[in-house]
This record gives sequence, C-alpha cells and structure tokens, in this order.
Amino acid sequence: MSESPPVVALLVTCLVDLFRPSVATAAVRLLERRGFRVEVPSQTCCGQPNRSGGDDDGARRLARRLIASFAPYARVVAPSASCVATVHDYPALFPPGSDDHAAAVALAARTVELTAFLGEQGPDPGRAAVAGPLIAAWHDGCTGLRRLGLDRQPRELLGRVAGLELRDLPGREECCGFGGAFCVEYPEISAQAADHKLDEALATGAQLLLGADLGCLLHLQGRAQRRGLPLDTAHIAEVLAAAIADDGHGREDG
Amino acid sequence: MDVKTADFRQRARAALAQPTLQRSLQGMRRAMPALRSAALAALPDHAALRDRARESRDHALAHLGHYLVAFESRVRAAGGEVHWARTGAEAGAIVAGLCERAGARRVIKSKSMVTEEIGLNATLAARGLQVTETDLGEYIIQLRGESPSHILAPALHVSLAEVGAAFERHHRRSRTAPLTEAGAMLVEAREELRAVFRAADVGITGANFLVAETGAAVLVTNEGNADLVASLPATHIVVTGIEKVVATLDDLGVLLRLLARSAIGEPLSSYTTLVHGPRRATEAAGPAAFHVVLVDDGRSALLGTPRQEILRCIRCSACLNHCPVYTAVGGHAYGSVYSGPMGAVLAPAIDGLATTAQLPAASTLCGRCEAVCPVAIPLPRLLRDWRGEALRAGFTTPAWRRSLRLWQWLAAHPVLYRFVLGLAAGGLRLVSVPARRGERRIRRLPLVARGWFAVRDLPAPEGGSFQARWRARQP
Repeated sequence: MSESPPVVALLVTCLVDLFRPSVATAAVRLLERRGFRVEVPSQTCCGQPNRSGGDDDGARRLARRLIASFAPYARVVAPSASCVATVHDYPALFPPGSDDHAAAVALAARTVELTAFLGEQGPDPGRAAVAGPLIAAWHDGCTGLRRLGLDRQPRELLGRVAGLELRDLPGREECCGFGGAFCVEYPEISAQAADHKLDEALATGAQLLLGADLGCLLHLQGRAQRRGLPLDTAHIAEVLAAAIADDGHGREDG
Repeated sequence: MDVKTADFRQRARAALAQPTLQRSLQGMRRAMPALRSAALAALPDHAALRDRARESRDHALAHLGHYLVAFESRVRAAGGEVHWARTGAEAGAIVAGLCERAGARRVIKSKSMVTEEIGLNATLAARGLQVTETDLGEYIIQLRGESPSHILAPALHVSLAEVGAAFERHHRRSRTAPLTEAGAMLVEAREELRAVFRAADVGITGANFLVAETGAAVLVTNEGNADLVASLPATHIVVTGIEKVVATLDDLGVLLRLLARSAIGEPLSSYTTLVHGPRRATEAAGPAAFHVVLVDDGRSALLGTPRQEILRCIRCSACLNHCPVYTAVGGHAYGSVYSGPMGAVLAPAIDGLATTAQLPAASTLCGRCEAVCPVAIPLPRLLRDWRGEALRAGFTTPAWRRSLRLWQWLAAHPVLYRFVLGLAAGGLRLVSVPARRGERRIRRLPLVARGWFAVRDLPAPEGGSFQARWRARQP
C-alpha cells in the first residue's frame, strides 16, 4: 500500500487514563485493525464534572483547551459515551457566532464514540473469538443509549465474537446509579440502583458485565466487589481487542 | 406546607430503611414503565402527538396573559368569578374569604397539588373550617396527618394494614373484627365520605387544564369524587396554577390522549369532566356560585427564562415513576410537595433555592425523565441549570466548590495533571488488596471519597497512566 493510513485521534478520557489504560490500548488496537493510524495528543479532562456540576465557567475553560488539543484531527474517537456527549454539548457553552462556538461545533461533528465509530466502518473482516462459552450481560449506559443512540452498534460488534453469548438486562433503560459526583454524594441511593443492575445481570446467568463507560463499570465492579458477587466487569473495547488477539492473526488482517 | 428540604440526605436514608415504602416503590418501578410504554406503543404516531402536545403547551405559555384573560372572560360570561393570587398566602386568603362569603362551615376537596403547595387545608382549618379530602389516597393521608408522597398516588407509602389502623382510629363504629380487607376499607371510606359530601357547604377542586376557548376547568380523576365535590355543594372553588391554561379544546384533546397513558398506562382516566361556571337556569343541579383562583406562586418569574419549559408540565408523574432517585426514596424525602425530577426543578422556583439546593443535586442526570415526558421537558438540563445557580449563589458546600475549582485548575495544567494522575495510579495500586480472579481493589482510604467507600470498593488502577505508557512507546 502506497497511501498513508488515515489518522484518528484518541480522546483517552480521565478514568481510562488513570484506572484502565488497557481500555485505551485495546481501543488503539481495534482502530489499527481497521486500518487507522492512532495519535494521542497531550490532553486532560473534557470538563464533564464541571459541566454536570453547573460550573459552566470551568467547563468552558477546559472545553477551549480540549478543542485546541484536537484541532488538527479530522476524527476524534473516545471509549466513553459520556465524554463524547460532553464534547457534543460544547457549542452550548459559547455564544453563537463566536469563533469558540464555530470551533466547538466543528469538534462536536468530528467526535465519535468508539463503538459507533467501529460500527461506521462496517463489519470487521477478520475472525473474532474468545475462549468460551462466555456469557456476558450488556449494560446500556444512559448517555450512550439516550443521548448518542448507542443500541445496536455495541450489540452487533459483540454479536460477531465467537464463544460470547450476549444477554440483555430486563431493566436496560434504568440508570446504574453512578452519575459522577452523585455516587459519592448519595451513596445509599446509588448503591440501590447498582444492586438492581447487578442482581439482574446475575439473574441472566452472566459471568461478565460489559459496558462502554468506565464510570458505570468502576461503580458496578466496586459494588460487586463489596458484596462479594461472582461477577466481573469489562469495557467492550477490552473484550473486542482480546477476541482479535485470540484468533492468532488479527494484526496481519489490519 | 412543611418545607424541610435542607435535610434531603437524612430523609432519603430514612426512606431507604422503610420496608413498606420500599415495597411500594419497587413494585411501581417494576410495573409502571411497562404499562406506560405498552399504552403509548398502541397509539398511532406517538412521537408526532408528543410534538403537538409540546407545541400546544409552548404556545399557551408564550401567550399566557392573553389566554388567561380569555379564560377569565368566558368564566365571567358563564356567571363565575375569577380571582388572581400572586402568592400562596394570597390564594389562601382569597379562598378563605370565599368560604366566609358562603357562610361555610364544612369544606370538601378533591385531590389538588396546588392546594397542597399553598398549604390551603391548614389555612382553612385555622379559620375554623372543617376540611375533608375526598380522594381516597388524600383522605388516608389526611387522617394520618401526612403530605402526599407521590403527585398522583399520594398514599403510596402507606400499607394496607396502616390504612386499616387509621380507619379504626378515626371512624366511630362498633366493630367485631379488625379491619383488614381492602374491599371492606373501601366500603367504609365510601360510607363515611357520603355523609361528608351531603353536608358540605363548599367544594374545592384543582384543575388539570383550563381551556381558554370555552372557559372550561378540566377535572381528570379515577374515583369520580371530584364530580361530587364540584356539583353537590352550593359553592365550587377551583384552585389552580396559572400555567394550566391551554388555548383550545383541540389542544386539550391532544394532552388528554397523553396524560393517562403517561401516568398509569390507560387510554383515559375513568372520569374527565369539563366544568363551566355555576348551575344554569335550565339545569337541575350544580353549584349556585363558581370561582376560579389562579395561583402564580413563583410561576410567572420563570416566563422568558430557560426554566419556562418546566411550566409545560401536565403532572402525569411519568418522570417520578422512571426516576432512579424517586423510586429509591419516594416523595417525602424531597421535603417539597412536588417530588421526582419535575419536583426538583419546580421546588426551587416555588420555595427558593436556599432550602432546596440539594434537590437538583440529587440526580444522576440519566435522562430517562426527559425521554418519558409527554411534553419533552429537558429536565436534566434544567436540573443542571439549578446546580449552576446554587453554585453561584453559594448554596453548595464549600468542599464541593473547592473540588470543582481544584479539578478545573489541575486539568488546565497538563504537566501537573499527568504527574498527579501517575502518582494516583501508583499510589492507589500500592494500597490495594487482592480481589477475585487476580483483580485488586481498595477497601477504604483515609479522609477522601467517604461516600464512595461507604457502599463499594474501588477497583485498583493498573498502575501508570495511559498517556505515560503511550509516550514511552513512541519513538
């Protein structure tokens, strides 16, 4: 191939950066497999905690920084629905007609959640398999489901993984109780919502609870650990990347 | 009204420990969403109807003065009177004055959230009037001296046994056996209330809608009690919020098709009654005097602001029934008569943010409320707006303000941010202990994130940030 591969920038997200670098590593692997070159510009936080907390001034400052960091890239991909939704909401922080607003609109249009982006690329040409049978339940994150319309994309990606059986949760539209600062401010309410989710996941027979937002997953896994439940959690990118690795020739396919 | 919103947290904790309340809430959480979505799915082109509902509400609010005056003139033409109240206290005084004018001693009421909002029962009782609620749920909580815990099902928190106990305490009857059967309780309440209906001098109802085109006050109920309240006593007083007006009967039709479906998953409620003024010469029955008290109580201050959208609310309660916070703690925890997402947006407007700032904070912003709202109110955005207002006005804790500032500052200094992230990743790893299957977890940390560790462990970081790994890997 003579053409240089198209470039995507990875918006790592704070929680992945701090807690689960392997999610970002997996995202890079999945993107490279689809023929993209991945760049990771220096970055910090998208400002979601400030925006959700009503601190629009703080959110604006961080939005300006992130817009500048990702200005050179035609596509920005993030393994988190809520961070992507925060970027999609950037235009609301700036007065229409301003340069900041125009830049915010442009970045919002270029920024995509990982599973949505992989879905856009069409079916993966290679084989994907895990050492199964593995029963997993899918947790629809609220922001992904309702703001970004992520529904069929993650299910189709996981549906192609041999050895993995995906089960839906009956209360899939219900919040898991994470909610950012909410889970620290109102732990008892948050735990009740988490328990509904965890109990439903166990009732489906799942060994593994999968999602596309690390915030929900850390909260759910932490609650499962505290209760001593036989349930693991993982980010969808980790499972998809491991499934490629398992087929032995993933790298060559890309 | 008993507003103690400031200790939401404490009351929420207490609510989580009440078995009766929890049983009711969990039953509702499991049942209501399916009922609602089945009822709406059966409706052809629900999305278009929702757009029309939203537009009709927006239109009425954009021309609120016009439609209220039009409504007033229709009511007057029909022989009724319209009274305007700026505050809850003013509304209470007007109603008390009307009762006095009627020479009333006994007042009956049908369920009305606005009269709860303005504390009308206490105002009337203080003037020596005997006030009886006739909606079964309201009747039960009145006997128990409580406020509603749900805007539609006010006695949601009361068990059947507790209803029986309240009836045994308040109904003067000779009994051979304790009251345990729901059917027997219904019969007893009906008998007690029938006498009250007959003896009443004034009937007070709310209104689900006011129709500007015809001057109708619209009563939507399932028990039919509102019809008796509106027609048996010599005086009927409607007490409602100024935002309830709609332009036309067509608009009313659109909203009625969504209201009961959103609320209880039924096409319509059992009774939908349009009341127009006092008894006419040709009519055999009905009140001789008819009054409408239009209550502002903080509503007009929302007009022309981004918060105007909450005035579209038609009180269906779908947002309560689908809320992870409401279904965990119930209505009393909110300390406001309105609860759930709509209550957390409305309460600061009515009661002021100083005592209600915790309500908009107590949300995960999951967005299900907006998704199920029949008039598409952007509740998460409005909650976030109140959070901003609370932050700027200093109604949040200093610790919270400091953490937002510190995070923003740290994220604005990338070198320091990466250093702190790396330190945290390593440090947390260091204090972690083994969990199942080779994972590690942190059980507790001194001083920080007590709320996190109160109910859960923290899965340990892998150690080292991704950005540090990435830079080490790059040539």
